[in-house]
Amino acid sequence: MEPVRVERSTKVSRASAVLAAPALAALVSLPWWGDAGWMRLIAEMAYYLALAQLWNLLAGYAGLVSVGQQAYVGLGGYMLFYLTGVWNMNVFLALLIAGPFAGLMAIPVSFAIFRLRGAYFAIGTWVVSEVFALFASLIGVLGAGSGLSLTVPILEEVSPDRDMRDTLLYLMTLGASLLVVAIVYLLLRSRHGLALTAIRDSERASASLGVNNFRTKFIIYIATAACTGLIGALIFLQKLRISPEAGFSINDWTVVVIFMVVIGGIGTLEGPFIGMLIFIVLRELLADYGTYYLILLGVIAIAVMLKAPYGIWGWVIQRFDLQLFPVGRRLALAPTNGPAGSTPSKQAS
Amino acid sequence: MNWLNILIQGGLLGGFYALFAIGLSMSFGIMRLVNIAHGDLIVLSAYVALVVTWYTGVAPFLSLAIVLPVMFGLGYALQRGLLNQTLSGGLLPPLLVTFGISIIIQNGLLQGFGAYDHRLKEGAIETASLQAGSFYVGVYPLLVFAVAVLSIAGLQLLFYRTRLGRAFRAVSDDADTAELMGIDNRKLYALALGIAMVFTALAGVLFGIRTIFAPSSGPIRLILAFEAVIIGGLGSMWGTLIGGMVLGIAQSIGAALDPTWQILAGHLAFLAILIVRPSGLFPRTKD
Repeated sequence: MEPVRVERSTKVSRASAVLAAPALAALVSLPWWGDAGWMRLIAEMAYYLALAQLWNLLAGYAGLVSVGQQAYVGLGGYMLFYLTGVWNMNVFLALLIAGPFAGLMAIPVSFAIFRLRGAYFAIGTWVVSEVFALFASLIGVLGAGSGLSLTVPILEEVSPDRDMRDTLLYLMTLGASLLVVAIVYLLLRSRHGLALTAIRDSERASASLGVNNFRTKFIIYIATAACTGLIGALIFLQKLRISPEAGFSINDWTVVVIFMVVIGGIGTLEGPFIGMLIFIVLRELLADYGTYYLILLGVIAIAVMLKAPYGIWGWVIQRFDLQLFPVGRRLALAPTNGPAGSTPSKQAS
Repeated sequence: MNWLNILIQGGLLGGFYALFAIGLSMSFGIMRLVNIAHGDLIVLSAYVALVVTWYTGVAPFLSLAIVLPVMFGLGYALQRGLLNQTLSGGLLPPLLVTFGISIIIQNGLLQGFGAYDHRLKEGAIETASLQAGSFYVGVYPLLVFAVAVLSIAGLQLLFYRTRLGRAFRAVSDDADTAELMGIDNRKLYALALGIAMVFTALAGVLFGIRTIFAPSSGPIRLILAFEAVIIGGLGSMWGTLIGGMVLGIAQSIGAALDPTWQILAGHLAFLAILIVRPSGLFPRTKD
């Protein structure tokens, strides 16, 4: 038999990686050639991309259709405001704590909601988020119903100079979002990713092949909450104000994110990119017409779900077999450098 | 405030939540449709009634003569044209499509009516009360409770005494086999959402008389309705009524301790019941 080789990348993916490098360099250097408006827009794109990737990981791979991820955006944001405002903690340290705190809070939450299935799970996550929002609106030290603002001394801790501060905030948001994308990508390429993909395709089959579905889902849920919390803290560090309504908004932090993922292509890493771009472009184009862009986004999401349930990128994969972020394993009959017979099952184990 | 009073007020409030929940309980029980737009459809009904009262000058109760058929038609069309296509592929398609409908309704109302609060005015009945010994019971909550009980009793008759009801129960238990027996599922589902929407509209108008509403009032109504359905157990209409009452009583206990705890107490009771009994108190249908 001819030696079989397992390929983890394709020509297109290698080419796109080469093309991505200058694009990344352009984004990182933006503060030195672009204006504040662009920085704000790109930062927003970056955190929406991160939220979309995280929801995609949860729902598209682990099968956890949560509609309550706003819980962790709000928790991360509130933790940042609380630690810096009440404890006078350094803002960078508070940022580092906000994510793990959200992850920690997700542990008791998961004990409750993991008993639920399907629709019950989805509604359960939403109720949990409402509970957090109501607690935030009751606790006086969190500003109760009106919320908290970041004070000038805290902002000056980031940097006393306004331009420098904008630059730092932009780079931190970009960095955190890229980190989240990288974590999701590397996770899906790892053997845990193989388990996740198996769960995505069939829970029963993956369990019968020895995947611990519960543990895998639990870890993904906690890790996603922590990452969402970090992104939430960064979002509200830029917004300068947080309230229960803004922090735990299902429409802002979950519904539009779900639309992005579904329009772009659920269960792929490329989908959230495309969906995020469509969302931002629609919003910027229709900026003068109130909230019509949301109505249009809803219409597009419904149309995509009914006509092309795997989204735009799903259609591309079907049509052209393209992968920019190769997370799968392909077999190729070709001369191999590695030991003969390194079969996919061996790689996968 | 004594405990009996809290129980009575909470129980009556539960009638409201049960009325919110009937439409959801039907579409969830029969089609397993997770209708995220349910709360927004309640609010939309209130707006339809508002427009009817504006143009005709009739009282909100009378506007039901127009609102109920309109919402029946909307429900039938939504199911036939859109939602039937989502029912074969797991949880995500119906969830996403109804999220889309929810966003479209919310923002459509926002563009059409602005973010202002509105109310339907029915007059003296809103504030009238009956005295029984040392208790005062509002006439309006009592009326709503009676409407909820009558609605559920009517639906039970429909489900267990008519051909249509038997067909509903058949597709609920096993849609594929029902189809083999000659039932046109798509038509039946459309009819089910149409009927569900009649009760949704009834809830919307009655709620619009009691409290102010705005384009963003939908989601919290959806959550309350879902809590009533899930506490009661899937597929059991009387369970939904009890679920609503449990929720109402939990809320009024919370409110008695501190007025700001009302909604929170309801959510916590819901989560606690779900942890102990993940399929609710009186489940009839297997999910």
